[in-house]
Amino acid sequence: MMTFKKLLIANRGEIAVRIIRACKEMEIKTVAVFSDADKDALHVKYADEAVNIGPALSRKSYLNMDNIIQAATQTKADAVHPGYGFLSENAAFAKACVDNNLIFIGPSAECIATSGNKSAARKTLMALGISIIPGSDDIISSPQEAFEVAADVGYPVILKASGGGGGRGMRIAYDKDELADALAVASGEARAAFGNPDLYLEKYIQKPRHIEIQIIGDHFGNYIHLGERECSIQMRYQKLIEESPSPFVDEVLRHTLGETAIQVARSIGYTNAGTMEFLVDKNKNFYFMEVNARVQVEHPVTELVTGLDIIQQQILLAQGEKLTLGQDEIRLNGWSMECRINAADPADNFMPSPGEIKNLILPGGPGVRMDTHIFNHYEISPFYDSLIGKLVVWAKDRDMAIKRMQRALSEFQIEGIKVTVPFHQTVFQDEDFIRGDIDTHFLEKFDAPG
Amino acid sequence: MGLNQYIVKSPVMGTFYRASAPGERPLVEVGQQINVSDVVCMIESMKIFTELRADQAGIVQKILVEDEEPVMKNQELIEIEIG
Repeated sequence: MMTFKKLLIANRGEIAVRIIRACKEMEIKTVAVFSDADKDALHVKYADEAVNIGPALSRKSYLNMDNIIQAATQTKADAVHPGYGFLSENAAFAKACVDNNLIFIGPSAECIATSGNKSAARKTLMALGISIIPGSDDIISSPQEAFEVAADVGYPVILKASGGGGGRGMRIAYDKDELADALAVASGEARAAFGNPDLYLEKYIQKPRHIEIQIIGDHFGNYIHLGERECSIQMRYQKLIEESPSPFVDEVLRHTLGETAIQVARSIGYTNAGTMEFLVDKNKNFYFMEVNARVQVEHPVTELVTGLDIIQQQILLAQGEKLTLGQDEIRLNGWSMECRINAADPADNFMPSPGEIKNLILPGGPGVRMDTHIFNHYEISPFYDSLIGKLVVWAKDRDMAIKRMQRALSEFQIEGIKVTVPFHQTVFQDEDFIRGDIDTHFLEKFDAPG
Repeated sequence: MGLNQYIVKSPVMGTFYRASAPGERPLVEVGQQINVSDVVCMIESMKIFTELRADQAGIVQKILVEDEEPVMKNQELIEIEIG
């Protein structure tokens, strides 16, 4: 076991700031890396040292493995925290760290590679008896085959274009006649949209919820889970609001999902913090979707209900420490909700909105946490993600958490750029949302066709 | 700019792309005839790609920005002669 003296953060924005904060409390020195566009960024100001790793374009800086590894070795860092996005789930980068005597804070390179290979993962999970969305193993070669698979998995079924996403080429069929029609239409749409008529077929999960389980594991085969996060509020496949616990998950389902998540983690030799994503239907049947082999954007809601600092846990586990917490010590206390605040204009089809921030007033007060890298006169550049901060609240139950979020959103003031705050305010006034009656299609009623 | 011309402008600060994906051919070339709602270029801002489409049919006269160059909001990108 070792104790890190210095840690390099291979990221930017709010997550880089978040990791530096965790390090400072552990008395670990920090090295920030930054692109030409980020000279004045908050993570650069907060870190003990900062190294320029290249031009604004991500592939020349934050995705430039050689420059980042060089920054780490030249500053004599012991470890690298990749944050989320960028190189966080890049097996080659995890390996490059190890090859240069740097500890990569995350699972092993082999484990990242396994997690990323969806078809191999599907086979492994089926062998373990873990429920995945049933469907065709490969593309559908004839209508006859489609009818057979559909009869096997049960209607309704959904046809998806193998060539792409975004809803085009997708068709739902509730019986054999509808499937016959849908095959022709969907194939044509897929050819027009993606130049590829190939389709595959899956059981259609009605009104599903996206529910994920946070796990942590040490290098000695010990695992615990930190309960669930409800992430059904998504716009165009991007999560916008998350909460923990989920209003839909009871003690029994939490236990089952938690045990399943740990079973998956164990089967692939997962270490450090990770997230297992599930789709859960209205009858509480659940289907494993994928492993997120990194810290998640929405990790704070889990921190606020468990009282654990997930980033600090990651660092301790990467140092080789044994997990001392037992599953029976994990209790979800109260309720936490998070709004992802993006620089995007809800009045203009969520058009990105870079620019200089002016007249900024951030929310505060009891039970409010604002994880952000923005400040007055900070310039939001068009080169990176539109996430400018995460507004997170804690309260003793969901109703009070909603009230607290409404209050915090009303305090948020910003000029110079457009942000998603007004849209969050609309959702937090919605009756279905307030009742917790949500699924992954919830935001479609607000999403004007682009 | 004449009455029979119009200019495609960037709706947002970002990066100008002439092709829809790396390694693809440019969406339009100077002298090319285009139809209404043809995609003429892409703007990337904050990892979101926006397709810019022709408002009217015509012929591409000038491409005013180099591929992969940064552009400002409302910056002029492509000049099109209506017809």
